[in-house]
Amino acid sequence: MKLGVAPAISVDSLVVDYGDTRAVKGISFHGFPGQVTALLGPNGAGKTTTIEALEGYIKPSSGSVTVFGLNPIRDHKALVARMGVMLQSGGVYPGIRPLEVLRLFASYYPNPLNPETLLERVGLAHRSKATWRTLSGGEKQRLSLALALIGQPDIVFLDEPGAGLDVEGRHLVHGLIRTLRSEGVTFVLGTHDLVEAETLADRVIIMNRGLVVADADIEVLLADHPADTQFSTNSTFETHELSRHLGHQVESLGGGNYLIAAPPDPVLIAALTAWLAANQISLGTLHGSRLGLEEIFLRLTKEET
Amino acid sequence: MNALRTQISTELKLNLRNGEQLLLTLGIPVLLLTFFSLVDVLPVPEQVDNSVDYLAPGILALAVLSSAFTGLAIATGFERQYGVLKRLGTTPLGRPRLLIAKTATVIAIELIQLLVLLPLALALGWSPSIHPLPLVGAVVLATIAFAGVALLLAGTLPGLVVLAAANAVYLVLLLFSDIIIPLDGIPGILATLSGLLPSTAFAQLVRASLAGGWGPTHAWVTLSIWALVSPALASKFFRWQ
Repeated sequence: MKLGVAPAISVDSLVVDYGDTRAVKGISFHGFPGQVTALLGPNGAGKTTTIEALEGYIKPSSGSVTVFGLNPIRDHKALVARMGVMLQSGGVYPGIRPLEVLRLFASYYPNPLNPETLLERVGLAHRSKATWRTLSGGEKQRLSLALALIGQPDIVFLDEPGAGLDVEGRHLVHGLIRTLRSEGVTFVLGTHDLVEAETLADRVIIMNRGLVVADADIEVLLADHPADTQFSTNSTFETHELSRHLGHQVESLGGGNYLIAAPPDPVLIAALTAWLAANQISLGTLHGSRLGLEEIFLRLTKEET
Repeated sequence: MNALRTQISTELKLNLRNGEQLLLTLGIPVLLLTFFSLVDVLPVPEQVDNSVDYLAPGILALAVLSSAFTGLAIATGFERQYGVLKRLGTTPLGRPRLLIAKTATVIAIELIQLLVLLPLALALGWSPSIHPLPLVGAVVLATIAFAGVALLLAGTLPGLVVLAAANAVYLVLLLFSDIIIPLDGIPGILATLSGLLPSTAFAQLVRASLAGGWGPTHAWVTLSIWALVSPALASKFFRWQ
């Protein structure tokens, strides 16, 4: 936990069971005000269940969740006035028009944004007369985001905000999220899209099979998972002997290209070249590469599996 | 207040834009009233000379049933299917305001139905002797009772199950509630059970008030119990997702 900053969301020893199936297995993490906290994980990781517990849809089987210190179920009325929710899909009357639904949702809040201005801000002013069912996937996503923002919330839960968006739409939505974050709005982002998470998130929670396998600020997470070493050779070989020799996992990428799960420090390079020389294999290229969130995600979720 | 007013006007607009809903709430009652008034195929009680005199009160009851029960249940069931209820559950709208808005919208649609069906029945030769007070009372009680059952169904069952259940119940109520087929044409045990239905009580009260009377006490008691119990159950068990 960050010293001196009260978390915006707190998940403490959360367990959620669906009948005999334990979807979330006693996880704990925090998200902080004015930050984008991304929940990442493969299908069935438990991230949607966790987000729905924070939104007040799901009652924890044990443990607790709070949002700004409020219990999402017991204090639901106080919380909904401060939160916006963007569902992954749907959630809008099929026959309603964008401006109508924004005006409807604006009427629920004491100090809403201007519906016309917001519609323009999400690039849908020209579609104000179309019905929801005739909007494209990307247009629906933009409107869905606008509905989450209309009440000027302190916290916004976004489920796959980039799904179905074209490049222009993605830029627009990401820009809007960044602007609001800089104004102090807290975001909780559930996504499969690791590029989106790397672009937007301040903090990353990686989940797998109902457990948290990584919980860190994104810079810390990237720094904690240093570069890989890639090299090529003039002939192919079985990797297990080299793995044993180096003490790191070596993976064949095909075509005489290999990946060592360790940074290219002098000790590693010396050990590698010694092994290659002993086995009369010529070294082609050798370089190190920084791990992206995607590689870290795959590595962490693979380790847990 | 602004939220409730906007919710009601939006729900009403969406209802009037929905072709299937219009078919159910206006198309079917108009068709049944016109067809069975002009084509003499339905059994009517012996004391009735003109079939429209029996049919018109029943069709008015059917219209209320269509909008307050079937239409409302199906529309709300689909809102669950489309995730609309889920999203509304994360807004400050709240369950009571949503349920009140939906019931108020049904009453507005009933007024439209009345404006269409009443002149049509009169044009077909109906000569009622309307007693407004019991008529309005019965319509209000029936609307609350039917809407309560509709919202209980739609608020607890999956969307497609609601669609099937609402249509099945509509058909049963249409045939066994003294709406278009007199109760004396129904086998004994069914007729007894039918007496417990809100639709039967409502149809009896509508017939009585359109003949200048108040209707049987047991029908008022039955309908009042349904109007108290069903919205209370809907309010308790209605789920957003």
